[in-house]
Amino acid sequence: MALRMSHAAEIDRSGTGLALYAPSDAPRLVARATAVDAVGLEERAASLSKRSIKRESKLWALDLSIRCMDLTTLEGADSVGKVVTMCAKAVRPNPLDPSIPPVAAVCLYPQLIPVALGQLRGTSVKVASVAGAFPAGLGPLEARLAEIRQVVGMGAHEVDMVLNRSMFLGGRYAECFEELAAAREAAGGAHLKVILEVGELGSYDRIRQASVLAMAAGADFIKTSTGKIGVSATLPNALCMMEAARDFERETGRRVGIKVAGGIRQSKQAIQYLVLVYETLGPEWMTPDRFRIGASTLLNDVLMQIDKERTGRYAGPDYFTVD
Amino acid sequence: MAKIERSASSALEHGEPLWEYADAPESTEIVRLEDRYGLFIGGEFVEPKSGRWFETIDPASEESLAEVAEAGAEDVDLAVVAARRAHDDVWRELPGSERAKYLFRIARHLQERAREFAVLETMNGGKPIKESRDVDLPLAAAHFFYYAGWADKLEYAFPNRSPRPLGVAGQVIPWNFPLLMAAWKLAPALATGNTAVLKPAETTPLTALLLAEVIRDAELPPGVVNVVTGAGETGAAVVTHPDVNKVAFTGSTDVGKIIRRATAGSGKRLTLELGGKAANIVFEDAPLDQAVEGVVNGIFFNQGHVCCAGSRLLVQESVFEPLLDKLKDRLQTLRVGNPLDKNTDVGAINSRQQLEKIEELVASGVGEGAEMYQPECVLPERGFWFRPTLFTNVSQSHRIAREEIFGPVLSILTFRTPAEAVEKANNTPYGLSAGIWTEKGSRILWMAERMRAGVVWANTFNRFDPSSPFGGYKESGFGREGGLHGLEPYLELDGGDGR
Amino acid sequence: MSDTRVPVRRTAKLYVGGEFPRSESGRSYEVFSHDGRLLAWAARASRKDLRDAVRAARAAQPGWGGRTAYNRGQILYRVAELMEGRRSQFEAELADAGAADPNAGVSASIDRWVWYAGWADKIGQVLGGTNPVAGPYFNFTIPEPTGVVGIVAPAEQSLLGLVSRLAPAVVSGNTAVVLASERSPLPAVTISEVLATSDVPGGVVNVLTGFTKELVPWLAGHMDVNALDATGVPVELAAHVEELAAENVKRLHRAPDADPFSPQAQSPYEITALMEFKTVWHPMGA
Repeated sequence: MALRMSHAAEIDRSGTGLALYAPSDAPRLVARATAVDAVGLEERAASLSKRSIKRESKLWALDLSIRCMDLTTLEGADSVGKVVTMCAKAVRPNPLDPSIPPVAAVCLYPQLIPVALGQLRGTSVKVASVAGAFPAGLGPLEARLAEIRQVVGMGAHEVDMVLNRSMFLGGRYAECFEELAAAREAAGGAHLKVILEVGELGSYDRIRQASVLAMAAGADFIKTSTGKIGVSATLPNALCMMEAARDFERETGRRVGIKVAGGIRQSKQAIQYLVLVYETLGPEWMTPDRFRIGASTLLNDVLMQIDKERTGRYAGPDYFTVD
Repeated sequence: MAKIERSASSALEHGEPLWEYADAPESTEIVRLEDRYGLFIGGEFVEPKSGRWFETIDPASEESLAEVAEAGAEDVDLAVVAARRAHDDVWRELPGSERAKYLFRIARHLQERAREFAVLETMNGGKPIKESRDVDLPLAAAHFFYYAGWADKLEYAFPNRSPRPLGVAGQVIPWNFPLLMAAWKLAPALATGNTAVLKPAETTPLTALLLAEVIRDAELPPGVVNVVTGAGETGAAVVTHPDVNKVAFTGSTDVGKIIRRATAGSGKRLTLELGGKAANIVFEDAPLDQAVEGVVNGIFFNQGHVCCAGSRLLVQESVFEPLLDKLKDRLQTLRVGNPLDKNTDVGAINSRQQLEKIEELVASGVGEGAEMYQPECVLPERGFWFRPTLFTNVSQSHRIAREEIFGPVLSILTFRTPAEAVEKANNTPYGLSAGIWTEKGSRILWMAERMRAGVVWANTFNRFDPSSPFGGYKESGFGREGGLHGLEPYLELDGGDGR
Repeated sequence: MSDTRVPVRRTAKLYVGGEFPRSESGRSYEVFSHDGRLLAWAARASRKDLRDAVRAARAAQPGWGGRTAYNRGQILYRVAELMEGRRSQFEAELADAGAADPNAGVSASIDRWVWYAGWADKIGQVLGGTNPVAGPYFNFTIPEPTGVVGIVAPAEQSLLGLVSRLAPAVVSGNTAVVLASERSPLPAVTISEVLATSDVPGGVVNVLTGFTKELVPWLAGHMDVNALDATGVPVELAAHVEELAAENVKRLHRAPDADPFSPQAQSPYEITALMEFKTVWHPMGA
């Protein structure tokens, strides 16, 4: 069966969606965004987290969570050696088990793109780079756009950029939209993920508004977090974004992906996010084209769980490579 | 549900979504069912003088679970005598601080045996295990815990009024929340120094009998709590017994009226918690996704066997279509089936009789021209089941908009202005609960003030708490259960305010 | 010429919706003093008068209940002021009815009215409150008027007995249909004249004179009456009234002690007995 891996060509942005909105629409879009009741949202997320899935489905879900994974390193100390080993892990997460699929992408800083491209040549694993003055996003606009153009030029398949929270929280929605639209253009054929940095938005209403703004401006994905601040992805944050994506599809026909990132270390969490995807957006979103998990240490836990499901024994960390 | 069955071996071929929730049935091994259950009178289980027994079943399978004693008039009399003796000789005289400790014991025993109770509740009543586990049991235990604390503080609830118990309380409870209703009735009665004769519903006697076991194990003085099982005749014997001082009933409005008439002129104190036809009102500025959850919870919680169910959805016309779309999508994800499965959202209808009533009313809705929507789902072959159902094109005059269906059936109507929403919401003889969904604070308070209903949930629905008074306006009954206000119906208050 | 002036007698009429009609039936009945003097011909209300009174009470309820509690308290306090101005009339009527101490009866009635008027903006604070539920919700309980209240005034103590039932019923925002003491209706008629000249809107209090046994079943069975203060219902009618009240699940209340001079007769629970407790939940989330 053919692998359905993400690449820019599969992202539908030729359709109706993109041309629908202009910067002048932004204030209206934000004002019209559906309100979110925090307690109700959290209760729904908590109730979904109690679903239990069948063993076969669990194996499929664990497999999917690998295929949807952006294996990530975003440290100042990232070196060539670190990236080389991570890329090896990305392609063959468990060298002893060829049935384990490669991850969707590696996610790293621009300087390391050539290393990753070199390591991943001929594989399905994509190279995603942060760009646009990550993680604060408050560098000069021209420099940020230039950085995006540059990483695409270097060969990155995917670009993870941050929303300008300064502008968004300051109510400058039209300018915020313009920046996002400019970034969209700068990214060209690359796959654009807009990081909302939900931990800085302060409320679910704001998360929903930011989701709408980013989607309307052309994001292929909306992503929860940079992983650089205390609060990252949570089930309610992700559910809030998924509900926004569901309504956006209903209104525009465009399917925008969801990426959860930050603090996802255990298989159980990954499966809980998949339950949210299934219940909220449906099976059409259960593909790396529309769902990603950004993580660095999750992968080994997933491998251990797969091992446990297959053998019936609980696994030990010494049997899985640390890269 | 778009779900593609695949074998396990193909799971790793990265194909179409293979997503199926596990059959995750809670084990029934934790429950030890007796073949026969006697009456709990005077601190022990006894054979009925009536000599009659009836079968109690699992409504999800129609299989017999046990035989239960049917209390006749003589049995009820023995129970009342035991309760009277316990009240006069022991319970009334016991300091509140000591009564409290017995109630705390019950609360703790319930917590310790929560799983067993939850499974039994689901087996006997058909409600999803996730509800009996996460709602009924924790709330029942919390109720005893809450009222335990009141037992020695009644003077603070009613300053200078020398609160005294009424005597023997006869309590008749329904089948929708069998254990929780027993807790709602017993906890305040015992805390205030009354003794009780409890009559569980005919179809769901088992958890009340298990509670009797807990009460015995907690070493309450014999006769403080008596449990007499049976049907309507048994209930009638309890509420009309001349030595019962206080009658508390939860159930249908029809039966409530019968009890009101039956006790007329008797001087018995009475509280009634009866039916409802609550409006759940959604304004266009509402948090729509949470409103959908609230609407779903409002009508499908416990299969809609809820007196305060949000059975009438009033939607502002400007947001009717998107809300309906969301609601239909959401209905597709509801999992109907084995109540013991942890993933089940909607369980079995409690009895054949109730199923027939639902079917009759739904047929009337179709007959009167309302438009019905039901999601696709496979229902088990045995047992009593009804699909989650929506009706649109409903007008106020339709039976499905006026009568309590007590099942998973939602009637959807529209409104244009807040005033019209108020008018439609209140246009019913019932008045138990109401829901309001809007982001505008001043509108919430304006609406809440105008709802002729005892419980108003704003931007939420079907929330319960022992500290929160619950009860109806109009034909939904009178008296409050829960909170400080739930004490008063069990107390004689003395003393005046001087002149 | 004689300087003996012939006094002008009063016609005792019904009080419905702020007006003073005679009974639509055209009937009246004789009211005698305790020593057998004819005091007046009082209107003998029919079931249709009762129906009209309930209709007037229902129409007036939203406005009365919708006023601020402070405003209701002020309006009712002024009723006491006006009662004081009519003291001699009330005393004479009580004397005619055979009261041992008419002066004390009138004083107690006025004081009781003042006492209840003061509860208007306090009952919610004393008997409502917030509830500490186990979850992220704000939860409060407030007492609200139940709606239209039927009051069967006690046959004895025709002034204090009536005031002790009426004042707690209307202070919370209910409107009332009162069946006056059949034997001594005149203090009730005077109360209605006091109310008509006060700021209490028409329809808030409606007073019917007539035959108790004839009217009580219609009041107890009326489907648009939310509650019944049955303190004055004759014993032999009590069970029947409760049966009739079942049809719309009417709230039934009786004074805890028939003697309005007893200490029990004055209590905030007399107010809440004719109120509903409403509990409101709202999530707390940012």
